[in-house]
Parts: sequence; structure tokens; C-alpha cells
Amino acid sequence: MIWQLDLAILTLVVITGIGALMVKDLLGAAILFGAYSFMMCLLWSIMGAVDVAFTEASVGAGVSAVFFVAAVFRTTRRTKD
Amino acid sequence: MKIIGLIISVLTGAMLVYAAADFPAWSDPSSPASTYLSPHFIEKTMEETSVPNIVTAVLADYRSFDTMFETAVIFSAGLVCFFLLRTTRRKESETETTHYRHTLTGVTIQIKEGHTLPPSDEFERIDSLWTPSGLIIKTSCRLLVPFIQLFGLYVIAHGHYSPGGGFQGGVILGASIIMLAISYDLRTIIERISEKMVAVLCAVGVLIFSGTGALCLLLGVNFLDYNALAPILLVDPLTARSHAILIVEIGVGVAVMTTMIWLYCNLSSAGKYNQGL
Repeated sequence: MIWQLDLAILTLVVITGIGALMVKDLLGAAILFGAYSFMMCLLWSIMGAVDVAFTEASVGAGVSAVFFVAAVFRTTRRTKD
Repeated sequence: MKIIGLIISVLTGAMLVYAAADFPAWSDPSSPASTYLSPHFIEKTMEETSVPNIVTAVLADYRSFDTMFETAVIFSAGLVCFFLLRTTRRKESETETTHYRHTLTGVTIQIKEGHTLPPSDEFERIDSLWTPSGLIIKTSCRLLVPFIQLFGLYVIAHGHYSPGGGFQGGVILGASIIMLAISYDLRTIIERISEKMVAVLCAVGVLIFSGTGALCLLLGVNFLDYNALAPILLVDPLTARSHAILIVEIGVGVAVMTTMIWLYCNLSSAGKYNQGL
């Protein structure tokens, strides 16, 4: 485990996580959430949990981002709060 | 209200961080999980199930009861989305209008409900909300889809030896079909795999998993004890466990794939199934 890489990815996880909560544009939030999932996927694979990383990459970064975009397409792009 | 929420979440987070300090260190050999449970799986998995990938063996054999209900949860997620969103009745004021484009001239016409298209095969149906992607995206997606599906099948079938299994492979298969829907339109995938087919296959996937367990029960052993399937699969009890894992992985794959398509169709068309993303 390379600690510099670990630290960089952990920082990005925190940044994308807070960004997905804070951003007003819901489409942007969906994309940031996909980036968050991908960073988590990298973190899992660094820790050696390859099966979990695979699931995170396919479900978290792949399909759920598409579901969010589909939901935004049918509702509204701006948050109400 | 927001302030109270912030205080509660910060307090909970602080408590979580405080409690996490008492966890055993990462990859600590003397932690409770590594002292008796993990060594058993690491030493005995190969001789008990003949599956090299320990994660798959734990997921689909030692902890298969848990995985069966995970599949049931995914099935219920698709079902709930269907019941919440799917609408078959329309308001009285709404009339169904469909748009057609004349392929030679590019003229778009709007057909109200009850009227029919002029008798010509030079019209193509288009969506009113969604502009289809360009030729490059369409062609590259159409070329990629078979390879993605092949990879999905590989992930399901090769779950014994490499990372992967029913959940990941099913998601990849479902994503390939969703990709087709995004690059073309929603009707393209509904023509290929109808709503009824999706719902039936979703239930069939769960049925394969629970049916394998029930078959073991009928043969006189515990639920999901795959050793008993040896006479049916015509192999020795050890290989039967490995083969039964493949059977339940296929069940999981079918259920997950169709749930993804089901969720996507209901979400992107707002339950109307006429047009969507």
C-alpha cells in the first residue's frame, strides 16, 4: 500500500462526497456521486477487496449514476433547498 | 431545522470516529475475525467446495441464505419502483400525440390519438422530449454492446476463479442494454425485451436461487446444502457444490440484469413506457 496514493484518494473521496451534497445542480451532483463511487472503488482495490471494488465500479459508478441522470431527466435539475 | 440536523450528524460522526478507534487494526492477525473464521475459509474452501475464489464460495455457498435474500431485496426494489411509477391510466385532458419524421425530407408531423399515419414506410417515429444521439455514438455503442454482454457472461461464468459473480455480471449485462437505450431510444429495448418478459425473468432469477435451495430440502438435507444435488447433476458431492454455485450465480445474474432494465425503463419514461432518455 502506497500511503501517498492512499492519502490522495481519501482526500478526493471527502471532496467529492461533500461536493455531491453541496452542489445545487442535481445533474452535477449525480456526476460527482459517480466520481465518489469510483474513488471508493480504487480504495477497495488498494485494500485488496477486489470483489467489492468490482461491485462498486459496476453498481456505484456505472448503473446508479445512470439512474440518477434518468431521474433528473424526468424531474428537475435544480434543488429546491 | 437544518442546524439541528447538522448538530445531530456531526455528533453521530464524532461518535463513529471515536468508536472506530477501538476497532482492531487493519489486517491485524489477532483480530476476532482473523482468529477462527478466516483461517477456516482460507484452509477449507478448496477441499470443501472446490472453488478457488474464496469470496464466491463464502457468498454463494457458506452464506448463500444471506445472498438469496439479497437477490430478493433487488427483486423487491424493481417491484416497488414498478408499483410506484408505472401508470396505465391517463387523465381525460391528456391525449396521446406521437411524432413522426419523414426520412427523406426531414419534415416532422404530429399525429393525434385516433388518427393514423399516411400509408408510407418513409416515416420514422421520434420522441418529443429526447433527441437521439448522432451517428458516431449510435454506431460505436452498437459495436460495443455485444462485447460488453460477452464480458458480462464471462464475469458470471468465471466467478469461481476470478473476481465477479452474479451481481457484477448481471449489472454489466443490464448496463449494456441501458446503453442501447441511451444511444438509440427507449422503444428499441422495449421491442427487444418487453416489459412482461423483464418482470417474468426477474422473478425467474429469484426462483432459480430459492428453487435450488428448495430442491436440497426435498432431497432430505438442509436448505441450500448443495451436496445433495450430486445425483441430479451426475457428479460427485464436491463438484456438485461448485456446480450449484454456478446455478445460483446464473439466477442472481438474471434477476439483477432484469431489475436494472426494469428500474431504468420505469425511471426514464416516468412509468409511461412510451418515450424516455
